[in-house]
Amino acid sequence: MKEQLKIDFNKIQEVSNFSNRDIEIKKSYLNKFIENGFPNRKQENWKFLDINQIISNNISDLSFYNDYSIENKIDPSIFIDDLEHNKIIFINGRVEKIDFSYEDKKQIEIIEDSYTIDKSENNNSLIDLNIALSNKHFKILIKKDYSLKKPLIIYHLTNEKMKSKNINLRLDFELEQNSSLKLIDFFSDDSEKNFMNIFYNFNLDRDAILKNYKIDKSLNKNLKYSFNNINQKQNSISETFVFSAGSDYFKNEINCNLKGEYSSAFINGIFSLDDNKQHEIRTTINHLVENTKSYQLIKSVLGKNTKSAYQGRIYVDSKAQKTDGYQLSKAILLDETSEFNAKPELEIYADDVKCSHGSASGSLDDNSIFYLMSRGLNYKQAKGLLINGFLLDVIEKITDGEIKDLLKKMIGLKK
Amino acid sequence: MDTREKDIENLKDYKYGFTTDIENIKAPKGLNENVIKFISNIKKEPKWMLDFRLKAFERFKLLKEPNWQKPKYPKIDYQDLYYYSAPKSMKDKPKSLDELDPKLLETYNKLGIPLQEQARLNGIAVDAVFDSVSVATTFKGELTKHGIIFCSMSEAIQKHPDLVKKYLGKVIPTTDHFFATLNSAVFTDGSFVYIPEGVKCPMELSTYFRINASETGQFERTLIIADKGSYVSYLEGCTAPMRDENQLHAANVELIALDDAEIKYSTVQNWYPGDENGKGGIYNFVTKRGLCKGKNSKISWTQVETGSAITWKYPSCILKGDNSIGEFYSIAITNNHQKADTGTKMIHLGKNTKSKIISKGISAGFSDMTYRGLVDINSKAKNSSNYTQCDSLLMGNKCGAHTVPYIKNKNFDSNVAHEATTSKISEEQLHYCQQRGLNPEEAVGLIVNGFCKEVLQQLPMEFAVEAQKLVGISLEGSVG
Repeated sequence: MKEQLKIDFNKIQEVSNFSNRDIEIKKSYLNKFIENGFPNRKQENWKFLDINQIISNNISDLSFYNDYSIENKIDPSIFIDDLEHNKIIFINGRVEKIDFSYEDKKQIEIIEDSYTIDKSENNNSLIDLNIALSNKHFKILIKKDYSLKKPLIIYHLTNEKMKSKNINLRLDFELEQNSSLKLIDFFSDDSEKNFMNIFYNFNLDRDAILKNYKIDKSLNKNLKYSFNNINQKQNSISETFVFSAGSDYFKNEINCNLKGEYSSAFINGIFSLDDNKQHEIRTTINHLVENTKSYQLIKSVLGKNTKSAYQGRIYVDSKAQKTDGYQLSKAILLDETSEFNAKPELEIYADDVKCSHGSASGSLDDNSIFYLMSRGLNYKQAKGLLINGFLLDVIEKITDGEIKDLLKKMIGLKK
Repeated sequence: MDTREKDIENLKDYKYGFTTDIENIKAPKGLNENVIKFISNIKKEPKWMLDFRLKAFERFKLLKEPNWQKPKYPKIDYQDLYYYSAPKSMKDKPKSLDELDPKLLETYNKLGIPLQEQARLNGIAVDAVFDSVSVATTFKGELTKHGIIFCSMSEAIQKHPDLVKKYLGKVIPTTDHFFATLNSAVFTDGSFVYIPEGVKCPMELSTYFRINASETGQFERTLIIADKGSYVSYLEGCTAPMRDENQLHAANVELIALDDAEIKYSTVQNWYPGDENGKGGIYNFVTKRGLCKGKNSKISWTQVETGSAITWKYPSCILKGDNSIGEFYSIAITNNHQKADTGTKMIHLGKNTKSKIISKGISAGFSDMTYRGLVDINSKAKNSSNYTQCDSLLMGNKCGAHTVPYIKNKNFDSNVAHEATTSKISEEQLHYCQQRGLNPEEAVGLIVNGFCKEVLQQLPMEFAVEAQKLVGISLEGSVG
């Protein structure tokens, strides 16, 4: 793999026009990745689902080079038409279209930015890989006091040309004071056996609001990793929702740094898995100053041969008095081959805080099934109703009405 | 008086901080095959025991010291420790209490456990451990009547080799983790309990551990076997003298419960925690594991951990028999610079197995406390359930409280529920108590005792009183 990486890396540098300085930086990250390799279960974060193993089991001859010069055809049928929206379209990791037609162009700046330094110190080798191999990336800046009129949907599409490839994507978002952005990540694949590695970095200034919805619904055999790093200043709010269902493997990592007083972070997630799928959500909420708040709710419905994992970590600095932190994870195991793992972790250094977590897992409640069946539903309907009710709880946490409806329709909770 | 001064005051009062100067026989410093042979030889052990040790040592040489735990400690030089020391007067075992070295008896008196008195008054048989060799075992008569074997490990190896051979190392194998393997290689003594079929042990069995002689790691080995349909409640309490250099304590405790048997194991641990600057104190790296081997068996761990500079232990239950039950009740209190990383593992293998975990952590001063627990429900453990509750209380913003539960549920018939909270003592509660005439310290003591009540209730009477006092004492100087 090492040799392949080096060859592919050089190939990428030949076709791109990075500055020498950037290449040097990328090289250092590449070396870091080569040294550490893909993460494995020996690392605490990867204890439950070992990506190294999963990649080697699923993808043979992983290649790291993508030819971004070839234009791909956009198939408009894939677009979500119930909702007016702005678009960014990635096909096979290449930006095909950026369309902010609903917005005031003066208020949004799209900066083509190859500046690669990653300030957040990490020991995550997938981020190293991302920085080393990602193409030019964009920074989207939303100016002071501007709220996007329509949501922005980022389409992550792949077509059948892709196979055994590694795609590295990166986007930066800068939300200036009192601005707001609703962002939907929509995944749809016509390819299989690829590994996508997505890295978003958000900076939220005072009073900014970010709502990010990640929808991985369409069934596919790709492996995905997504990392959201969110820095929040005073009074800012971030809301992240993950619907994790379609890919063979998907790990969502969300890292929130609550750096300003009265900032808050909400993370809600659903795993709805069947047929050998393995998904994970890992969150880290760093409460660094006083009066910050975080709330997490993760629910899983697990079918045959599936595995879901939730690792949630709340860190409360000794300065962060009056922190309010909450984590709850629940799982329904539908089959004897399904497996649920959780590690809800609290790390607290301040005394005047309110932090709690809960976790529960089990099968569907027989009494409830019996109740519904005695009211005339058949077993399948009763089961469906209970599962829908279980999941609806999370959907109801979505604060945006339009998007909530959209999701309900997608999942089949609403016609 | 400011906190610092108060702490120093308290320290002077540490009533267990003394040493007796009995000349010790020591094995040469360091860890090698010869030292192990020396230990085995001095204890007149049979060959299979020596082989057991050497096998463990072979394995130990391959292992690396773990470093994933939260509390870090300075590197221990295992070649710079004495692995065996015994009071000289112990060369020939005394037949009765009267034969004991008066100095030893005095030590126990200072500890507040005069052997004869306690045995008589409390109806407890005491197997006292001084350094690494059992000193005296009382109430033998009563126990023998029931066929109960309660003796030191060395004696058990001599007198009941079949039982020891059959069960030793079956729960904690010689191939286990670093410290457990070290213990298997060099363990000196400990307690051995065997409760025969259908016998309910008529009294609480108890051991007091005592670490003496500086630079001596203490490697205890305890083995408790409850045969079919039997019951035993075992108490373990510890105090240690003041020392400047850190002392390592790596004990192994194995419990085995056969069909319908129940073992209740209670610990009050109050070893020297180091001074207010975190200097000195005991490293308490203990491996405790219980195996519910038979059907309908039950193992219950209760612990009150207030001492030691570093406590690092996870009393665990392997629920192998169908319908078996595992319980874990814990109070851990850390003050000053103490550190604790403790919790439990509940491994569900059998059908209809149940486990319950109640953990209460209190941290004050500059201390750090971690609850780390694993609930693992195997795919064959149909209809199992677990309930976990872990609460933490913080006093001040220089300390830390952490909760790291691992939950693995591989069985869709089983239920796992976990809850945890972290909070501080509210102003209202304090105000209310003070209004009723309690001073702040008493008020905190009262509230903390209330917080711990669920666990304290699980302790046998004699211990509960002591533990309640201990909870109060441990937190002195942390308020205000």
